[in-house]
Amino acid sequence: MATTSDKQKSVFHSIDWLTIIIYIALLAMGWMSICGACYEYGQPRDLLSLADFGTRTGMQLVWIGSSMLLGAVILFLDERFFDTFAYLIYGALMLLLAATPFLAHDIKGSMSWIKIGSFSLQPAEFAKFATALALAKFMNSYGFHLKGSWKNMAISLLLILLPMALIVMQKETGSALVYTSLVLMLYREGMPGFILFLGISAVTYVVVGLRFSEDPALWGLVSMGDVLVGLLIVAFVAILYFVYCRPTAIRDAMSENRNATYHSLRHRRITYIILFAIASVILHLSANTLVDHLAEHQKKRVQVLLGLRDDPSGVGYNVIQAKIAIGSGGLEGKGFLNGTQTKLKYVPEQETDFIFCTVGEEQGFIGSAAVLILFLFLLLRLIHLSERQPYAFGRVYGYCVFSIFLFHLLINVGMVLGLMPVIGIPLPFFSYGGSSLWGFTLLLFIFLRIDAGRQRLLR
Amino acid sequence: MSNDDFNLSKRKYVLGAAAVLIVVIYIARLFILQLTSDDYKARADSNAFMRRIQFPARGAITDRKGKLLVYNQPAYDIMVVMQEQIGVDTLDLCESLGIDTTWYQRRMAEIKDRNRNPGYSRFTQQLFMGQLSAAEFSNFQEKLFRFPGFYVQKRSIRQYAYPYAAHILGDVGEVSPKDIERDDYYRSGDYIGTQGIERSYERQLRGIKGSEILLRDVHGRIKGRYQDGRFDQQPIPGKNLTLSIDIELQKLGERLMEHKLGSIVAIEPATGEVLCMVTSPTYDPRSMVGRQRGKKHRELSLDPMRPLLNRAVLGTYPPGSTFKTSQALTFLEEGIITPQTAYPCSGGFHYGRLKVGCHGHGSPLPLVPAIGTSCNGYFCWGLLNMLSNRSKYSTVQKAMNTWRDYMVSMGFGYPLGIDLPSEARGMIPNADYYDSKYPSWNGLTIISISIGQGEVTLTPLQIANLGATIANRGWYITPHVVKDVEDEEIDPKYKEKHYTKVSPANYETVVEGMQRAVEAGTCRSAYTPQYITCGKTGTAQNRGHDHSVFMGFAPRDNPQIAIAVYVENGGWGATYGVPIGALMMEQYINGQLSEASKAKANSIAERTINYGDYIR
Repeated sequence: MATTSDKQKSVFHSIDWLTIIIYIALLAMGWMSICGACYEYGQPRDLLSLADFGTRTGMQLVWIGSSMLLGAVILFLDERFFDTFAYLIYGALMLLLAATPFLAHDIKGSMSWIKIGSFSLQPAEFAKFATALALAKFMNSYGFHLKGSWKNMAISLLLILLPMALIVMQKETGSALVYTSLVLMLYREGMPGFILFLGISAVTYVVVGLRFSEDPALWGLVSMGDVLVGLLIVAFVAILYFVYCRPTAIRDAMSENRNATYHSLRHRRITYIILFAIASVILHLSANTLVDHLAEHQKKRVQVLLGLRDDPSGVGYNVIQAKIAIGSGGLEGKGFLNGTQTKLKYVPEQETDFIFCTVGEEQGFIGSAAVLILFLFLLLRLIHLSERQPYAFGRVYGYCVFSIFLFHLLINVGMVLGLMPVIGIPLPFFSYGGSSLWGFTLLLFIFLRIDAGRQRLLR
Repeated sequence: MSNDDFNLSKRKYVLGAAAVLIVVIYIARLFILQLTSDDYKARADSNAFMRRIQFPARGAITDRKGKLLVYNQPAYDIMVVMQEQIGVDTLDLCESLGIDTTWYQRRMAEIKDRNRNPGYSRFTQQLFMGQLSAAEFSNFQEKLFRFPGFYVQKRSIRQYAYPYAAHILGDVGEVSPKDIERDDYYRSGDYIGTQGIERSYERQLRGIKGSEILLRDVHGRIKGRYQDGRFDQQPIPGKNLTLSIDIELQKLGERLMEHKLGSIVAIEPATGEVLCMVTSPTYDPRSMVGRQRGKKHRELSLDPMRPLLNRAVLGTYPPGSTFKTSQALTFLEEGIITPQTAYPCSGGFHYGRLKVGCHGHGSPLPLVPAIGTSCNGYFCWGLLNMLSNRSKYSTVQKAMNTWRDYMVSMGFGYPLGIDLPSEARGMIPNADYYDSKYPSWNGLTIISISIGQGEVTLTPLQIANLGATIANRGWYITPHVVKDVEDEEIDPKYKEKHYTKVSPANYETVVEGMQRAVEAGTCRSAYTPQYITCGKTGTAQNRGHDHSVFMGFAPRDNPQIAIAVYVENGGWGATYGVPIGALMMEQYINGQLSEASKAKANSIAERTINYGDYIR
């Protein structure tokens, strides 16, 4: 029997300290960015006044400290705790999510914030780790297979769709969209690759089609969107044909399916590809028709919301100002607390969704590229840690963490750089706020705790 | 691990590759945004930086004795930002500025008119109303908070210590679109010297603008100075000018010329410095300051007496007998006459049927008394002998052009190059001129130019410069009104001596003649026992009443002042020209007038010449 101190010792030794170092580095850079974004002209620049709890920079220090404490507490918990209580935690959080719209105060149209004393909490931020736990537990069950089991697939999707639906009801569409990233985890666990491909191509058609629906092409007969989507369909069909109809690919498939002949298999695959092409055209046309039937102002709103239309006074303004702030940073940036665009409030929501602007303006290309590379290290480390898990529980959870962080990085930084639609979700460890920081810390540290226990479970 | 699991585990590469791809694309995007273009930097600067121009103080102007003539006084410009002023109570605004709504509407339309206001932008400050005095402004200031979009720019306007020398000093007005195009120092609403030395010394007087870089937040609020003002530039004040003008002399001159048309120019012969430059009628420079400038300017420009015209440099007049000095010098130098040569004059110059009248005096006369009594006959004979001298000049044209060269060497026929914005050249005819005017001509045809009539015209400045040249015995320095520029050398052309074609010895003879004119000739009233005065009257014939002219200098040796007085329709040279010239020389040499002279000055100042319906 291992004593408690032995157990603690083994946990201490098997924790992935590299991830914790990256975590602390990101927190430190995040705090510097918050300082840059919240600094007011004329305020003293020394550390002590930046740490004043009456200011946002001071408050963020409180969130950072409490998050680290929270991470430490999680590392001291027994790893079986998460396995045991996964469904309970999920259930409790789903109830909280369902209750939130009734308890919440309306903050800029969002019904996602619950006020406790002087603090506000956003339950949606905590539903991520709960969903990841539930999925991990479900997919860890004996004899579980995602591939070939429609029932398992459906239950997994339900576990994902439930929090999404509840969060949409809180009018937090952006946060809800985060859960779509979990298809990456499903893909790793055996969901056929073409489903991922279908999903990505469908999103691409709709976005590209809408973005260019107003530009005429081919002497005004069709829109530029039609032409581009047409080209995309041709390209996708070519890729599919190359991947699935190569002789080697078909022979590989024959080895798994003894009944099929080479030709029957090839014919079936070509049929599927033709069906894909037809479905693509139908999807594009129906999306077009749907948008055409919207009133002009609604259509505009859809496009602006997706960041597809220039709107210098509204959402478009944010994107333009974000680009100006980042672009003015140059190679080395303007230096800590020296950014003008962020400090003079040209960039809206700069301490939350647009925090990356401050990095770009004050730390320049070197600093912002460093932040992105640090995130890449974290993501690759998460893949590495997930793959070394002895059980599906740890692996599924790890890929959930990976997927969620990847999605946040993709959307948040892409939005700030003007490459992605404006969807308001935070940049992990950088954006101001306690709920999101706690949520990401819980998400990451539960995985670190599971990972730290991997050897004991093997024994 | 099953085969299936093994295949799935390969999917980690797909996911890892996706993460790498995203980060690579984003870093590439950062590279493009941050390193390939300065456009975003420029836009960030224009977002956040507000450059506030700091106007330098315009240089002050003093007279030759250090008396302050022109200085600056605070004034206030009302600026407007069109984008921000929407919704302002127009009536309230007009009332507190003391303007009416039609003026308001017209001014707003003017500001928005890009033809008249090329630098117009809805987002920047535009000059709405310029040069309010402190009193006019205080009423508005109290209510300023009620007029968003209206701003106050502190400026300075010119203030004048004396009501004199308006034409020399000139004035300052708003820049024209052309000025802005020509020199990028100027922005719409700036001020520029428009007349006089304010214009000719604009570059020295204006100074160098400074700028303050302020940080402006998204709402346009000023949040502080960029980098605590490290990049701010202090304005460099304009340079102070010291004029060569003696304001007391100028004052006396303007007083003496009251109720008369004409001009007085006095020059310090040794330096070419203009001691006074009176033109009459004139105006009070203090009336041309601030907002009433436009109205006053219009009023003056409509006056038939043309008070805006600086007659001293722009009026071209027949020099009359003052010109005889230049003829004597030419004839002596060319050997046409010697000081002993005497010509007869029996009531004038008679040649065939041609007659040029003269007043009664002894005959024949040699040169000195001929100058002293201003004998017409003498100079007609001189010119006739020069132009008909075929042993010296092969044709009359050659003789004529030789004469012309002498005149030009004395500073006639071309602008002298004074440091004022414009100057007339006068008229010195040459052979080509007469060839095209007359089918055939000789000395008799053009005989009247020898006595400063006919085609010859000079400006009062050129006549004064003739006086200075004689005082110097043969050279002059280009006349100029600015004696010193602070921390700067004046233009070297105002140090350079111009020698005439006549030798100093011949000048002495003419000086003798001019002394004779004062002691026993036409200028007797200019005589004073205190110093030796040299002078020459002129009575320039005119369609109406003759012009009264005087040219002189004093003292005879080491002359301190050379002067020209030109009184339009003043009659005999001795009537106005001589006494005015004498008083001016006394004032300058003695620093004051004697009691007797004061009384004389008062009586001259009060005399009015009636010009009737004066149209020139």
